[in-house]
Amino acid sequence: MGEKRFMKGNEAIAEAAVRGGCRFFAGYPITPQNEIPEYLSWRLPEVGGAYVQGESEVASVNMVYGASAMGVRAMTSSSGPGISLKAEGISYLAAAALPAVIVNISRGGPGLGSIQPAQSDYLQATKALGHGGFHCMVFAPASAQEAVDVLYDAWDYAERDRNPVLVLMDGCLGNIMEEVELPPMKELHDEDLPEWSLTRRNGRDWQGNITPIYTEPILEGLNAMAGEMYKGWEEDDVKVETFMTEDAEYVVVAYGIAARVAKEAVLTLRAEGVKIGLIRPITLFPYPKAAIRDLDYTQVKGIIDIEMTVPAQMREDIELQVMGRCPVYEYGRSGGCLLDDDGVLEAIREVLEGGEA
Amino acid sequence: MAEYKRASLLADSPSGYCPGCMHSLATKLIAEVIDELGQQDNSLNVISVGCSALNILYWGGDFLSVAHGRAPAAATGIKRVNPERLVFAYQGDGDLAAIGLAEIMSAANRGENFTVIFANNQTYGMTGGQMAPTTLIGQKTTTTVYGRDPATTGYPLKMCELISTLEAPRFVARYALNSPKGVNDARKGIKKAFQIQLAGKGFTFVELLTNCPTNWKLSPLDTLDYMNTNTIPYFKPGVYKDTEVDAK
Repeated sequence: MGEKRFMKGNEAIAEAAVRGGCRFFAGYPITPQNEIPEYLSWRLPEVGGAYVQGESEVASVNMVYGASAMGVRAMTSSSGPGISLKAEGISYLAAAALPAVIVNISRGGPGLGSIQPAQSDYLQATKALGHGGFHCMVFAPASAQEAVDVLYDAWDYAERDRNPVLVLMDGCLGNIMEEVELPPMKELHDEDLPEWSLTRRNGRDWQGNITPIYTEPILEGLNAMAGEMYKGWEEDDVKVETFMTEDAEYVVVAYGIAARVAKEAVLTLRAEGVKIGLIRPITLFPYPKAAIRDLDYTQVKGIIDIEMTVPAQMREDIELQVMGRCPVYEYGRSGGCLLDDDGVLEAIREVLEGGEA
Repeated sequence: MAEYKRASLLADSPSGYCPGCMHSLATKLIAEVIDELGQQDNSLNVISVGCSALNILYWGGDFLSVAHGRAPAAATGIKRVNPERLVFAYQGDGDLAAIGLAEIMSAANRGENFTVIFANNQTYGMTGGQMAPTTLIGQKTTTTVYGRDPATTGYPLKMCELISTLEAPRFVARYALNSPKGVNDARKGIKKAFQIQLAGKGFTFVELLTNCPTNWKLSPLDTLDYMNTNTIPYFKPGVYKDTEVDAK
């Protein structure tokens, strides 16, 4: 059994990262994720790791780039405005085939937006984290415990793929306290450092080099390899929770904090005899296409996309799988206004009664 | 007599820098110092963006190629997790003194234990000769066709002078590569910087005044005179900070 603790989501992320092998963190203060760098600033030195408060988000992600090139498990975290600044570095990580974990504890946008929670970075996370047409696996945990589980394994995916991994949570999940069970510390040894790492040249007779610059036709080949990698994710790595969808006539699709509120609504409506279920993507990329595509549309009368952002950003991904077989509705709050049980319930009831959510 | 050999970390291919370009010379100097110090296997070149990025083709040792201006940030990440390696970033003036100004000043201020070698040729060579942060007043470039006017573009940034105001840096010096003496002094300066780093003492900065025959639109020989007449009077060579000496 793991060790049980009562922790803020952000602190749980930080501790799980350490236990998952993270030994380098660089970041820049931004609300609502400050507990992550604060925690790691003292925790990493305890385990022989290094923490740097960067002069900017841009510098921080490039520090991660340098540490990752040495084969060390490295991480940075931020919120929307800072993730935009990291976009360059994340693109370079993908280009140089360097693993890393990036955490976005998201808030209202666009621009400086609000410091209150929102799920306004879905499109950025899943479609274009930076220039040049690349993807990262995107995990969207819905609890502190799920965040712990995701962080603990995040580098296994990142190192397998030699590609950065994004963890997308909102400021609400980052700041509420919940019970978590922490896994044991992963033991990592110097001899386990990846072969490509630039840790040392001694004993190696080939030139170690890592670069984000290529010329044609090499770059085209690498682009094609990345495409194959993304296809592999769709086959092997999709994570999704389906809840009470077997007989459902209405299906709510929601991730993260929105899914927790939506689940309460589903339970309330089920108690009233409404046949309603929930699909909760845990990976936003690869998207759980099959869970939505393979619903029985002779039975399903409507899909309701619930997100803590306005307008809904995931809707197009849902519609691509529904393919017009039933109506898709959306409901959300935004700009730091939180979803609440009554609002979500009311929005779903409107759909059930034949109105527009 | 010592035998003159090709430095071991230069790739086997000939340099493809423009004829007369001092990037070749600067790269050779670094490689020779690494040979002198026996650091061939331990050195790591952080390659920046600009003509300097061509060193991914000409550098035969380990390297990490990084984003424009971000070499001091990447080198910070490298050194914090692997303090043993001899790490140096080779950056041009656009990379270091414009887009990367925050990164160089902050890394220097933290006293990161690596060396930055700054090639200052007052132009964006790779992109075709636009105004750089170090372009001299009156100097013509493709974006200052009547010459750099301080009324709208400010003044050339003096990086050694700026960095030497900071507490943390251990060695800050500028050399001009347009004379044999300048080249010899530069070699000694690079060696000293690397030695300070290997002793774990902190941040070292070596600025090399270089040329760009192609974009200055001068013959390689004429660039040497141009540097004497224009560059060196503004960017004065010398040791700006040396805590090894100051402490005595």
